[in-house]
Amino acid sequence: MEVDRPFDYLERFPGGTIITTSVDRVLEWGRESSLWYFAFGLACCAIEMLMAAGAARYDLDRFGMMPRATPRQSDLMIVAGTVSKKMAPCVKRLYEQMAEPRYVISTGSCANAGGPFADSYAVVKGVDKIIPVDVYVPGCPPRPEAIIYAASKLKEKMRAEIVR
Amino acid sequence: MSSRIKTELLEINMGPQHPSTHGVLRLDVKMDGEVVVECHPDLGYLHRGAEKLAEMRQYLQFIPITDRLDYLASMLGNMVYVGAIEKLAEIEVPERAQYIRVIMMELNRIASHLIFFGTMGMDLGATTPFLYGMREREDILDLFEMTCGARLTYNYFRPGGVSKDLPAGFHEKCRAYIKKQRDMLPEYDDLLTNNQIFIARTRNVAVISAEQAINYSMSGPSLRASGVPYDVRKVDPYCVYDRLDWDVITRTEGDTRARYLCRVDEIRQSLKIIEQALDLIPEGELKYKTPLKQKVPAGEVYFHIESARGDVGVYLVSDGSDKPYRLKWRAPSFINLGALNEMVKGWKVADVVAILGSLDVVLGEVDR
Repeated sequence: MEVDRPFDYLERFPGGTIITTSVDRVLEWGRESSLWYFAFGLACCAIEMLMAAGAARYDLDRFGMMPRATPRQSDLMIVAGTVSKKMAPCVKRLYEQMAEPRYVISTGSCANAGGPFADSYAVVKGVDKIIPVDVYVPGCPPRPEAIIYAASKLKEKMRAEIVR
Repeated sequence: MSSRIKTELLEINMGPQHPSTHGVLRLDVKMDGEVVVECHPDLGYLHRGAEKLAEMRQYLQFIPITDRLDYLASMLGNMVYVGAIEKLAEIEVPERAQYIRVIMMELNRIASHLIFFGTMGMDLGATTPFLYGMREREDILDLFEMTCGARLTYNYFRPGGVSKDLPAGFHEKCRAYIKKQRDMLPEYDDLLTNNQIFIARTRNVAVISAEQAINYSMSGPSLRASGVPYDVRKVDPYCVYDRLDWDVITRTEGDTRARYLCRVDEIRQSLKIIEQALDLIPEGELKYKTPLKQKVPAGEVYFHIESARGDVGVYLVSDGSDKPYRLKWRAPSFINLGALNEMVKGWKVADVVAILGSLDVVLGEVDR
């Protein structure tokens, strides 16, 4: 039986309930419910993505998403903002410092493809030139709702894969 | 005892990825034990070549880029660029548009200071002020969104006016916001301003005298905290600021706490300005008839305004074509950051975060 959540395996017996599931499903459920993200604000998008999305009205915490200040504690890196050529080596190194399995959401036009600064001499035309990206969020800057949607898309992707 | 032990300076690296550097700033801090001896900001991690991009874009096409320089106060970035074009091309701005601009700029100044309030608390270990500040900021963003459709990067000002008129229901919503913000400000004071830990971490920390501040060419609340009543809105008025009744906030202490208090008090003054502007705003057409391919007569001009961070200026050279020949952005964050080394000398490494936070720099503007 194909189900989304391990707890859909609830089976009622006389006198109680039994959960039957596989280890993979439990791991997936655990991973997608505590998606700690690496607060990696580069430019304007950081205000929408890190600050507004994490604050009172949008509140990413309710999806189990907590900002962390170090890549070593994070599962997800949200690249928010323009990646300049001077910053690019740092972005790559920080990505490499994250423990696997690791994911990247590229937030905003700048991180997707250079955005309004695409014709500048100092800007990398998309963060996917240096690190692999799982979800792209368009917008300049994207609204906090878009970040939440991107996170739910990423969770779908995580659900579909098995990590050893 | 200690004189016999051979010690050497320890050099530590703060950033470019560091939660307290407000963006991608790298600080090269030389320390003797825990005491800072020298601190050099390393800039350029967000250098996007905005000034060069201006030369490749038509006049109107550059307005969106001005949003993204000082991205906490985009309306003010719009204003200084658009104001420079208007000054050079001698474009008359209708009175209604002037008042709309003042309302928008002051709302944006409050939004910027609310973020400062939140991040300043966060830098010193208090997370709740951030949530308070962002909550009220969302109300301002709602006002912006109903006016121009964007939450952060507005692209609202045009040479000769603004892109569209205020929407229906703006006045009521804006007044409701002003009332709410006034009611919330005492709560901010209870939460952070009068917090004993916050006072201990900020009072008498990194005092900078008026003379030093002027020598470093500082501006904005960071300068006014040292007792210099320099505010471009008063000394070189633009829009309709000279018709409104408000005070320049100054303090005499020049410490981290004074820089914080200056900004919080400026929120009150901005609310006062918005209230008056809402009362005085005349009806009438915006007379917005800017051609898409704006041409500006040859010449050069300097125009400056008071942004949330200080005296922001644009030096614009035109050769008569539809693109600027050269554009120079005087970024107050960049200049205020120059005083950081002087301010942090002799303080503990943990204070560097508080002192940098009190300068309220925006890296988009520093690196341009």
